This record gives sequence, C-alpha cells and structure tokens, in this order.
Amino acid sequence: MNPIIKFVESSFREAKTGIPNFKAGDTVNVHVKIKEGNKERIQNFQGVVIQRKNTNTNGETFTVRKISSGIAVERIFPILSPSIDKIEVVRKGSVRRARLYYLRHKEGKGARIKENKKAESTSAQE
Amino acid sequence: MSGLIGKKIGMTRYFDNDGRSFGCTVVEVGPCVVTQLKTLEKDGYNAVQLGFGEKKEKNTSKALIGHFKKSGTTPKAKVAEFKDFSKSVNLGDILNVADIFSEGDFVDVIGTSKGRGFQGVVKRHGFSGVGGQTHGQHNRQRHPGSVGSCSFPARTFPGLRMAGRMGNQRVKVQNLQVLKLFPEKNLMLISGSLPGANNSFVIIEK
Repeated sequence: MNPIIKFVESSFREAKTGIPNFKAGDTVNVHVKIKEGNKERIQNFQGVVIQRKNTNTNGETFTVRKISSGIAVERIFPILSPSIDKIEVVRKGSVRRARLYYLRHKEGKGARIKENKKAESTSAQE
Repeated sequence: MSGLIGKKIGMTRYFDNDGRSFGCTVVEVGPCVVTQLKTLEKDGYNAVQLGFGEKKEKNTSKALIGHFKKSGTTPKAKVAEFKDFSKSVNLGDILNVADIFSEGDFVDVIGTSKGRGFQGVVKRHGFSGVGGQTHGQHNRQRHPGSVGSCSFPARTFPGLRMAGRMGNQRVKVQNLQVLKLFPEKNLMLISGSLPGANNSFVIIEK
C-alpha cells in the first residue's frame, strides 16, 4: 500500500481503540450506539462473525449473523464506525474458512460452530 | 480566487464526528513555490504562478531553468496560474496546505481524466445501443444508428456524437468538501473522487 495512505489510515485507526482480536467463526457482542432524538442508547447485536472484509484498511467491515426469533439477520459493521461503542468476544470458534457463507444454507444443529478452546488464552487485546 | 497544486495519492474512508462515512481522496498539496507574479500593468491581468513537484535539471529546458532561477527555486514539474490570488504573496514564497485551506472548505479540483483510448458511442456518449438482440439484430448491438438523413441535406452535421478517443481531458469537479488536513505532512482529505490516475497532478481552487 502507498505509504502516505498508510499514514492517513493509521492515524484514524489509532484513534479508535478497544478493537479486540476476533475472526470469522467467533461469536461477538457488538454494542451499537443508537440515537433517538437527543438521547443516545446502546443496543446489543450478538451473533457469529461470518467474514472480515478489506482487513488492514480504513474500509474494513465485518458481518455478524444471528437468528432473531427464527429469522436470520446479517448486519455489516464498518470497524472504524463511531457508532460502535464496544465489541466483546463472547466465544472463539474453530473454523477452516475465512468466509462462512455456508452457514446461510444451514440451520439448527448443522449451523453450530465448534469452540476453539486453545484460542481463549491467546485472545489478547489488539 | 486562491488555490494550490497537488498530487492525487489514492482513496480511503473517513468518518466524521456525526458518524457519517465518506469515501475520500488523499491529496498531497504543496509545498508550492510562487514562481511568477503577473500584474495588470505588465501582463494585462493579475495572477500568481505556482510551481510544485521536483524535476531534474537535465530534463528542463534552459529557458525554464532561467525562469525558475528568477524566483530562486529548483525546476518544478508542474506549473499553474491562479487569477486574482486572494492572498498577497511575494516571488519565491513557499505555500503550504494550511496557508490556503482549512477544514470544511468547499473546493474545485481540476485534473486530467484517465485516458480510455478509442471507445464506441455506448461508453463514450451513453447511447443505449440497439436495445434488443432479436428481430434480426446480430452484429449491431452497440452501434450508433443513423448519422443523417437522405438526399437532403446529403451530409452529416458537424458535431454529431460518434466513436473516438475518450478521456485524457482536463476535467473540473466542483464543490468538493475538505474533510481533514494534515498540515505537518501537507496532506488533505477531499470528499469524493477526483479526476485522473493516482500520482497525477491536480489543481485545487478555492
């Protein structure tokens, strides 16, 4: 990448702290700031990360998939978005792919992801 | 009017304080050197000529070397003129990005668009082509159609839009917002895209 672009992007990335180390297959709880009139409240969106796109750039996004009252919901978050208050890693998953699109065709027991117990000790904060 | 010359670096993403996301272009703006002052008495109009970007002396003509010597600088790769410069400057002054621009300004950007080569009318002028693929159309999906009438006027009118060279032209994009400045590195983030390839020169007017 161009060193000047790298400098610009790193200046924004450093400003956004508290992004934990997570990857596809992990279950995360995203605290989203929601504005209602003048008030601001926090809404949680918990689900499985099915992909991280454009990593190591300012345009990085991640997709969280959850089953909400029987209906699958996918939400794409820009990782530097100011409306993200906090990202919690709830559970580390063990998967063999970076993009878990296959989860879209599975439901119930088939859509389970094995827990990666080794990773827990090394899940240091970025 | 005022402005500076810059170099387009590339694009990235920016979030403002309200949480809005912008696609934006990173431009290296300045340091520019004042290489000539044009005056109403001598040249017939008031303008400031700026130079930006280094150039080897062996690639510069003797006439231009002499021109840059007058302002006491090394040869510059890009030179541009700004009519009725709103800031008062002297010959040889060095202008940085923060001297002219501030965050939130609206600017016009001039660049040379990417050359597309010889293109047909569908890409070049937005013609819609023939529309269908059936009813006997087998070799004319992207053709321009008729270019004129019959024995009257017996000619094709000048200016009719046809296929030809596309791009590599001077393009001005107006009313782009300056999102952020990095004064210590002479960098500027401009909302949206700019004409031209990365590493090409752009003129930024305010």
